[in-house]
Amino acid sequence: MLRQFGRKVRKDWIRNRSLYLLVLPVIIFYLLFHYKPMYGALIAFKDYSPALGFSGSPWVGLDNFVRFFDGIYFWRLLRNTVLLSFYNILFGFPAPIILALLLNEVKNEKFKRLTQTITYLPHFISMIVVAGMITNFCMTTGLINDIIVFFGGEASPLLQNPKLYRTIYVASSIWQQVGWGSIIYLSALSGVDSQLYEAAAIDGAGKWKQLLHVTLPGITPTIVIMLIMQIGRAMSMGHEKTILLYNSATYETADIISSYVYRIGLLEQDWSYSTAIGLFNSLINLVLIILANRVSKRLTETSLW
Amino acid sequence: MKVRRSLGERIFQVCNYIILSALIVICIYPIWYVVMASFSDSNALMSHSGLLLAPLDFTVNAYKKVFENPMLIKGYANTLFILVVGVTLNMIMTSLGAYFLSRKNVLFMKPIMLFIVFTMFFEGGIIPFYLNLKDLHLTNSLWGLIIPFMIQTRNMIILRTAFSAVPESLIEAARIDGAGHITILTKIVLPLSKAMLAVIVLYYGVHIWNSWFWASAILRDRELYPIQLILREILLQNDMSSMAIGGDTGTQDAISQSIRYATIVVATVPILCVYPFLQKHFAKGTMVGAVKE
Repeated sequence: MLRQFGRKVRKDWIRNRSLYLLVLPVIIFYLLFHYKPMYGALIAFKDYSPALGFSGSPWVGLDNFVRFFDGIYFWRLLRNTVLLSFYNILFGFPAPIILALLLNEVKNEKFKRLTQTITYLPHFISMIVVAGMITNFCMTTGLINDIIVFFGGEASPLLQNPKLYRTIYVASSIWQQVGWGSIIYLSALSGVDSQLYEAAAIDGAGKWKQLLHVTLPGITPTIVIMLIMQIGRAMSMGHEKTILLYNSATYETADIISSYVYRIGLLEQDWSYSTAIGLFNSLINLVLIILANRVSKRLTETSLW
Repeated sequence: MKVRRSLGERIFQVCNYIILSALIVICIYPIWYVVMASFSDSNALMSHSGLLLAPLDFTVNAYKKVFENPMLIKGYANTLFILVVGVTLNMIMTSLGAYFLSRKNVLFMKPIMLFIVFTMFFEGGIIPFYLNLKDLHLTNSLWGLIIPFMIQTRNMIILRTAFSAVPESLIEAARIDGAGHITILTKIVLPLSKAMLAVIVLYYGVHIWNSWFWASAILRDRELYPIQLILREILLQNDMSSMAIGGDTGTQDAISQSIRYATIVVATVPILCVYPFLQKHFAKGTMVGAVKE
């Protein structure tokens, strides 16, 4: 058995030696910039200090995790992360599907292309610029307040208001991604067999029935795959947008796990503690994506792996 | 087959056009506002409220101020350096990996694939990543923004799909003629995958142009700042000192508004210039990326 395997390896080595040599830099890259940090994440179980180094720092078991779970911010962070993510999926996930369905009904090619061109555009604008625009528009003298005043409301610094933070975050995310996100559904829609529509029409199905019985089943696999990926990323809400938009007045609703990790780790340099929180977050992400994948496999026979 | 349209359907069509038109306005108007505000006189802008359809007292003063800022020029140069060197290295590494992953009859393909794909689902986190960069002496250097980001796994998987589409017979024939893998990659596989290569170049390029987080985490010298960090200072940290504007605070404040908008325009124009190409090619990538791995 072992000898057989040895022979296989030798044969493979003779045949593919140069190929392995070719991929070696790639392997080294992954080791150095993906797996070494994973190993480095073990400082979550240590009391790491740069002076002592990785091996010199003492092990402390689960102390850092316990400190996080017992800490005053734990529930707030968890709630904020889950809620922001939930709203982002609740409103952000259907938006591109609806857009794709609407676009699919447009008969005028020119208008269709114009809509696509313009709705894709925000995707390419950098987060810094988007955040800059949001900040400016939300100022007391900004565009949004001008509109609020026009309709008889009262101007206020919107980004200082914790109650509005999630709305601003989710709405601007939809603005950024709705067009771009629709591409994938449009391509799925174009793959739906047009004969099915004709057959349905002959059977007397109206537009609405066609949507329910032909279109939606046709793009369900795509929807499911996208939903799995989104749920798998649910807890990894990016810190980038958050740290650009939040401020101490809105921490109450805005501070999420990843932004907390950033603040505690990179700004306050509490290395072990922040790594532990990050690791906790990564593990939840892994579990979420595995669960979502399993559920979808059972329900729809569509899965990531 | 022409089906007679019912009344309901016609109403739907009208509503559909109205909804989509509204969406167009929502998507384009903030951008339009920024451009118009950047060409506006700052005092007029300050006292103006509500929607802006055209520049108020057209002026290019804000742009003059923006280009007088040496940091902005410096930021442009830094980003350009990262862009040119980074995209080149990215493409070399990503092609190597994608080529390997597209080969057949390789004994250790599965474990290596798993080794790579696993990193899409689990990672050490930003803190260990940062400490690792420090360990490797990549902090406070532009190389720290290039080398650790040479491969994005997603892009490599997309490229692999394109490479897999190259007919195996072509590659086998070249092998029999004694061609090595480097020759096959550069002479056969890459030329046949030009469209997808363009997409990946654009993906990496836009990503580099827009990225800022790791730059803010590892760079200490302002001399090294890429354009997005300079932008961040001007837009979000209210640090107008870098603009070196004289005069009393009143005018400073007034000028700053239109300068902010002008800075946004200056930093976004390069993306808008390549946008027509982006739109055509980018869509291809998203569709391939959706194909199950």
